[in-house]
Amino acid sequence: MGFADQFWQLTVDGLMVGSLYAVIALGYTLVYGVLQLINFAHSEVFMLGAFGGLFAARGLLPGGSTPSGMISVGLLAAGLAVGAASGAAAAFTLERVAYRPLRRRSAPRLAYLISAIGASLFAVNLAGKEFGRQNVPVPALFTNGTVFHLFGAQVSTQTVVVFGAAVVMLVLLDRLVATTRLGQGIRAVAQDADTAVLMGVNVERVIILTFVIGGLLAGAGGFLYAMTFNASYNMGFVPGVKAFTAAVLGGIGNVRGAMLGGILLGLVESYGGYVFQASYKDVIAFLVLVGILMVRPSGLLGARLGRAA
Amino acid sequence: MTAVAATGPAGTPGSPPSDLVLEARDLMLRFGGVTSLDGVSLQQRRGEILAVIGPNGAGKTSLFNCFTGAYRPQQGSVTFWRTSRRPAEIVGRSPHAITHLGIARTFQNIRLFPALSALENVQIGTEVRQRYGPFGAILGLPGARRQERAGVSRAFELLDLVGLSHRAHDLASSLPHGEQRRLEIARALGTDPRLLLLDEPAAGTNPAEKRSLEALIRRIAGGGVSILLIEHDMRLVMSIATSVVVLNFGRVIAHGTPAEVQHDPAVVEAYLGVETGGGVEAGGPRTAHGSGVRTADGGVRSADTSGGTDREVR
Amino acid sequence: MITPARLRQLGVCLTLGVVAALVTGPSGDSAHPFRALRQSVIDPRIGVFLGLAVGLWVVLVAATELRPVLGRVTVTARARRPVRATFERRYGNVGLNVVLLAIAIVAPMLVSTAAQQSMVNDIGIYALLALGLNVVVGYAGLLDLGYIAFFAIGAYVAAYFSSSSAMPWHAPFILNPFFVLPIALVLAALAGVILGAPTLRLRGDYLAIVTLGFGEIIQLIANNSDEITNGPRGVFGVPHLSVDLPGIHYQWGIDPLPYYYLLLGIVVLVMIAFGRLERSRIGRAWAAIREDEIAAEATGVPTLRMKLLAFAIGASVSGFAGVLLATKQFFNPQSFSLQSSFLVVAVVIFGGMGSRLGAVTGAVVLQGLAFYLRDKVPPTDRYIYFGAVIIAMMIFRPQGLVPSRRRRREIELAGAGAGASDSLGAAPLGRTVT
Ligand SMILES: Nc1ncnc2c1ncn2[C@@H]1O[C@H](COP(=O)(O)OP(=O)(O)OP(=O)(O)O)[C@@H](O)[C@H]1O
Ligand SMILES: [Mg+2]
Repeated sequence: MGFADQFWQLTVDGLMVGSLYAVIALGYTLVYGVLQLINFAHSEVFMLGAFGGLFAARGLLPGGSTPSGMISVGLLAAGLAVGAASGAAAAFTLERVAYRPLRRRSAPRLAYLISAIGASLFAVNLAGKEFGRQNVPVPALFTNGTVFHLFGAQVSTQTVVVFGAAVVMLVLLDRLVATTRLGQGIRAVAQDADTAVLMGVNVERVIILTFVIGGLLAGAGGFLYAMTFNASYNMGFVPGVKAFTAAVLGGIGNVRGAMLGGILLGLVESYGGYVFQASYKDVIAFLVLVGILMVRPSGLLGARLGRAA
Repeated sequence: MTAVAATGPAGTPGSPPSDLVLEARDLMLRFGGVTSLDGVSLQQRRGEILAVIGPNGAGKTSLFNCFTGAYRPQQGSVTFWRTSRRPAEIVGRSPHAITHLGIARTFQNIRLFPALSALENVQIGTEVRQRYGPFGAILGLPGARRQERAGVSRAFELLDLVGLSHRAHDLASSLPHGEQRRLEIARALGTDPRLLLLDEPAAGTNPAEKRSLEALIRRIAGGGVSILLIEHDMRLVMSIATSVVVLNFGRVIAHGTPAEVQHDPAVVEAYLGVETGGGVEAGGPRTAHGSGVRTADGGVRSADTSGGTDREVR
Repeated sequence: MITPARLRQLGVCLTLGVVAALVTGPSGDSAHPFRALRQSVIDPRIGVFLGLAVGLWVVLVAATELRPVLGRVTVTARARRPVRATFERRYGNVGLNVVLLAIAIVAPMLVSTAAQQSMVNDIGIYALLALGLNVVVGYAGLLDLGYIAFFAIGAYVAAYFSSSSAMPWHAPFILNPFFVLPIALVLAALAGVILGAPTLRLRGDYLAIVTLGFGEIIQLIANNSDEITNGPRGVFGVPHLSVDLPGIHYQWGIDPLPYYYLLLGIVVLVMIAFGRLERSRIGRAWAAIREDEIAAEATGVPTLRMKLLAFAIGASVSGFAGVLLATKQFFNPQSFSLQSSFLVVAVVIFGGMGSRLGAVTGAVVLQGLAFYLRDKVPPTDRYIYFGAVIIAMMIFRPQGLVPSRRRRREIELAGAGAGASDSLGAAPLGRTVT
């Protein structure tokens, strides 16, 4: 079968993965917005969220059979909620342990990167020790079938659930940043932290909440990701790098840019993986990253958080 | 009168020798909605001490940043003559390349290398024209050693010139403010410039230091280095400048000899009538106007003229 | 006095206790992913850790109570005091160096063969790698997370040029591995330049992530190109190093000791070389870039070229080490995992950024401990500790175990608000640089 035949199927798959990249990318972009800092350990927040959700789903699932109806919905919601909560807790701890002490000392930038790498190394390997180093599947929470056809492409229940949940989260976040007081604070700090302080914004609070929001998204995203691709201690790395690429692609620090970047990257990767070899799929994201950095380092939408949204 | 409004185009290579050292034509620099330079033109003769004055936020530092490659003006050009027959276009070159051409600067908010010694600070300047590379350094080749020694002795000479030889091995950040200003001058001179840009060298120094600074500037100028000077201290400007350019709102509002400028009504007006004894006395207490984003310490956050990088220059 | 702050401190200590219990507790497996978690927390063993945590808290409280009495000077206070710099001493402490060298010469003779192997593979090679990365991280203030990729390039280049059987793909002519050393050095440096040239123009932290991706891709390519690199099966049979000059014939073999002394010699030479580099105009230019990039540019330092130089020098050391690895033993793409890159970072940070002796000490201590605990801690778990070490160093001792004097001053001054101490751009939260 040629590319043309597969086009719609690839599009559907790409959209699903891309929406997850977008959800994770928001964590990078938000933190970058307020701290001008790449949170290298964000991928581990994602991973820990996945295990949190997995834990909830396993614990709550009655018996071995696949549930249906409202039970499925409830389990899904519980998995998402616990995943999000675990992600938030992980992000909160990360900020407190790896970043705040350095900020107090006004450490140089390099120190933050290094400490984040330490945190990431620690979290990945501790997870590997605790949860084993193989893939851990999420139990089926609903019967997966084809819901409908889109130009001949099969759209599965799984795809609908993941894409739907991701889009809901994206919209919620967008509203949060655009309309709430907290969103206002985030934008103020992103634009000019010094002035924000003078205007009475509690910068420390904004920072910690930014991490928590990023963690909520990444945690829930982790659970969704694990439903499709299983959970494992090192599951964070690859989607993490890709989500970062997505954030840069859209314009790091720009909320809508991250969303756009995620979706685009998902599509590009899906098409590219078909055209080239699937095993080189991960290279595509990297090439996109280097390409965009060389051609347009400010990303597609360019603007920083303060001016975006 | 030496500073004249820009006339014809600058010389091209091979053109007759010019007695100018720097010529700016129609510089336009904007940050989003803020226009910090609005069609500035000026000329400086070789050997001249030209002062740029103007109220806070007039665009003086921005002008320096355009001359040194830190900012890239949206419009206009800057020509620099290292020797009278070698004109070079400045706009579009990187800061280090401009330094190599022969323009050096100091910063309004002192930017030394804080954890290096005074000597090392100056050495970094004296070594930028050296040629030896990593192999020379690692193998300790004779050429490398010779250059290294030459760099050190030149640095000591310059420390001596600015009166800091006794401080050679002190950390730059441990020096008092006035000495840090002089150290910055020594570091700039280390790069062997033909044109030295001084951004408020007397700011924050005491009267005694001001007098020695005045002598120092004269000595440097006497050594064949043209000097472009931003200064708020009018007494200093009036006594050492050979000519003066006045900026306000990013435009040149007057130019001429110190005496001419002092009595120019437009200048008096610009300084909000802070007028004593018929002339402009000191930089008026006017605050920065416009909506520029000034950081707390008087620096200015760049609105990204270079694509992707966020840098602060002052 | 029990204040809320003290209670919070107690909470932190207890959390640390629980984490320590987890880290040292039983391991889980994928079939029962949460069993280990439960066991470590429920087991009576945790009482010990909580007890230790409370003990730690008591010590901390006592220390703060006693501080006024003992009159300790805090770091910032020390930095604000005018410091007199002295001449950077040319040869450091000669006596100390001689003693250290003597220990390094004698030590391997006193240990088992297994330990000797570890002294070559884990300590020697990593000391060399750390010295190279130190140029990038310590001197230029940049972060390279794909550093091990150049190590891989060196190893595969060695296999390509020095054996016709080790890999399916090989050079038309076969060289003595000694001649491959300079080739690998140049090729690795070239790879560094190709990777660094576009990236170094950007904000410094982008370099970290691009190099991270690069490291991953090199491993991916090595793994996926069976017909070139043998893929996951790895490379076997690269000839050992040998000297074949008139009068001198020597072949390194399976005995680790000769490799150890070869590495020791190389490490010492590299330390001397980089010391000279650091004290030259190039080293000073790097220091200038770290402390104030804009001022460095304005003073005529070609910052981009200097960063690229550091990057290339680092890469070439890594490539060089790769050749040594290849001629010594079997390797496969697994030998170049991302974790190894992080390990080198950990070694540099632990020893002290910008400190040559620190790089070597870091390798000796971290890898030595790993070897010493090899039966008690599974190799995969080591990285938990390495991660913890990195964070702890960044929080409590950012200058490292054996700090370089210049770097320590910079970190202290940066904390007090002067200078930057790396070349990644402004510090987070827009702290303005004066
Ligand atoms: N990077 C920048 N981003 C935004 N606005 C800027 C930037 N640099 C300068 N400006 C604006 O340009 C105008 C001129 O600033 P400049 O620093 O050149 O003034 P100045 O004459 O040196 O003032 P002072 O006497 O206070 O040093 C100001 O309104 C300032 O806010
Ligand atoms: Mg100014």
